[in-house]
Amino acid sequence: MAVSNRWRFTMTPTRYVLMVLGLVGVLLMVYRLVFGLGSSTNLNDEWPWGLWIGFDVLTGVALAGGGYSTALLVHIMGIKKFSPIARSAMLTSLIGYLLVMAGLFMDIGRWFNFWRPFVSWGYHSVLFEVFWCVSLYTMIQLLEFGEVATEKVQKRWHGFFKKIMPVLLIIGVLLPTLHQSSLGSLYVMEVGKLYPLWWSMLLPIFFLMSSFFVGPAMVTVETMLGARAHGHRPDLGVLQSLIKVSGYMMLVYLALKVGDLVYRGATGLVFTGNMEGNMFLLEMLIGVIIPIIICFTPKLRNSVGGLVTFGVLVVAGVIINRMNVVFTGMADFMGGAYFPSVIEWLVSIGLLAIGVLGYLFIVENFNVLPKHKHEHSHAPTPNVVVKGKKAVKYSA
Amino acid sequence: MSKGVLVDITRCVGCGSCEVACKMWNNLQYKQSVQDQGSGLDAENWTVVNRVETEKDNEPVWRFVKYQCLHCEEPACVSACFSKAIRKTKDGPVVYDVNLCVGCRYCMLVCPFNVPKYEWDKTFPQVRKCQMCADRVHAGESPACVGVCPAGALTYGERNNLLAMAKEKINGDSRYIKHVYGEKEAGGTSWLYISDIPFETLGFRTNITTTPLPHYTESILGLTPAVGLGWGALLTGMYVYNRRRNEINREEKKPGKK
Ligand code: SF4
Ligand code: SF4
Repeated sequence: MAVSNRWRFTMTPTRYVLMVLGLVGVLLMVYRLVFGLGSSTNLNDEWPWGLWIGFDVLTGVALAGGGYSTALLVHIMGIKKFSPIARSAMLTSLIGYLLVMAGLFMDIGRWFNFWRPFVSWGYHSVLFEVFWCVSLYTMIQLLEFGEVATEKVQKRWHGFFKKIMPVLLIIGVLLPTLHQSSLGSLYVMEVGKLYPLWWSMLLPIFFLMSSFFVGPAMVTVETMLGARAHGHRPDLGVLQSLIKVSGYMMLVYLALKVGDLVYRGATGLVFTGNMEGNMFLLEMLIGVIIPIIICFTPKLRNSVGGLVTFGVLVVAGVIINRMNVVFTGMADFMGGAYFPSVIEWLVSIGLLAIGVLGYLFIVENFNVLPKHKHEHSHAPTPNVVVKGKKAVKYSA
Repeated sequence: MSKGVLVDITRCVGCGSCEVACKMWNNLQYKQSVQDQGSGLDAENWTVVNRVETEKDNEPVWRFVKYQCLHCEEPACVSACFSKAIRKTKDGPVVYDVNLCVGCRYCMLVCPFNVPKYEWDKTFPQVRKCQMCADRVHAGESPACVGVCPAGALTYGERNNLLAMAKEKINGDSRYIKHVYGEKEAGGTSWLYISDIPFETLGFRTNITTTPLPHYTESILGLTPAVGLGWGALLTGMYVYNRRRNEINREEKKPGKK
């Protein structure tokens, strides 16, 4: 395959900014590890879980769901038309999980003890399942990436990685299904504490479904961003069929949500006009209802604007949902106040920046994006714009 | 048999002896902390006595509420801990082992009584809460706080006996609210309370489920192996089927074959 042996990393102004952010993040992470949670975060006895668990871990894992949903569609169900986006989706997912692990590590108070659950099995804890699945899945994803990596480095291992791929792929779909739902189960224990608009025995199913339908949305956003950055035209057809998978799943999700509210007699809470009710409405409207409309209106779905809006809204919706479960829905019970400290923000932003840089580096050096772009990479042109134009011509 | 403590709120005079005894026995710091809001528990205050100003028969009255970990019969914190750092002993106390703790603070999040607190100012903080003086209890003694109570507000003994005693008291005396707090809350706790003022007025959480909290997640976790196996088998099946189908397709497309 056309993967050149040289390493490349074009520095652009954006990348300088990302590097600075990443560096600041790393320094602050060291600070946090040395001086403890109290001196670096605004967490307190009322709010033991904050931004790092709520956003970096709970939301991060959901957004990284693009990997397993794509793997399921492409490699297991064998829907070939989605394969152009498979590698990129799985790479983003891998990076996402590495960031989640980093976020988790930041958040645990006694980090030198992080390995305890591997030997001291608190198997009746949902967190135990999350911990094992997330660690194993990150490893599986690293191995899956081995297939891509060995096209460039350690080539003699390539055959080996190709051979073990089927097993990896199956486990790699199985594990996320289990832990995406257990993240929801974590909050089943908050019975009577988590506001009834969110607390439900179906939480695991809601978390699982949303992590699945946010996958195609993430892939759409990434593809569009990538296309803009590299100046080539994205394959709209693939994305359109992909988001339809999301759309159908979201219909079921919506129906289940409504059914669940009716069943638990909580429908009245939706329109009371309080903070919780309004946030719930926002979440459903932005993240589910409008995207469904876009998805099933052919004119909207077929336009670039429609696709981008769909992607952004669904991603935003899932973020709002996780934030609602962790913060809005718990606020009433917890009392007290919490707003992430500057350090918490900068660490989260720094981790994201590192993730983006990592993605860019790998995309530039390995065969990840659809091939038509890489046809040119063995004759690298120093000028990015020219290369971009060529690519447009090629794909048009 | 599991031990417990019965707190008779009508007898507590708010002297704070139990707080002091707890600090002395557990080597906790004395801090000038204000306890006007909430439970007032923190990393160095494992038990607090909160003063509640309320009314009874239209007269203003004060009541004093001793609060600490209730040592649930089936503790949410134990079932939430993924490294077995918290466990319930045979005698009743729910105890913490810092060596196993990872510091995830999930125990703080799940406790229905908002009990476990954290040493936020330390680099490697511990989770802190009442241990019901587990070693004393194990040796057949009462917890430190019970021993010093001068007003007879705290009674230590077998939980079963205490429960019977509590019922007898509230049924034989019309002043009492007809409810033993801790009998059924969160599936039952080792610490039991009786009172002449409604518990919600005293700051107790009263809408707690009577199903032991671990049961909620157990029912879900119990499904994991089945779901895992079934789903795994299905995925494998799909994979094999689709690969076979693709192979056949390719065969048929090969030039030279008709
Ligand atoms: S009161 Fe809270 S900390 Fe104490 S045993 Fe029950 S769940 Fe655990
Ligand atoms: S903070 Fe420690 S004791 Fe509490 S659940 Fe986590 S590991 Fe267990």
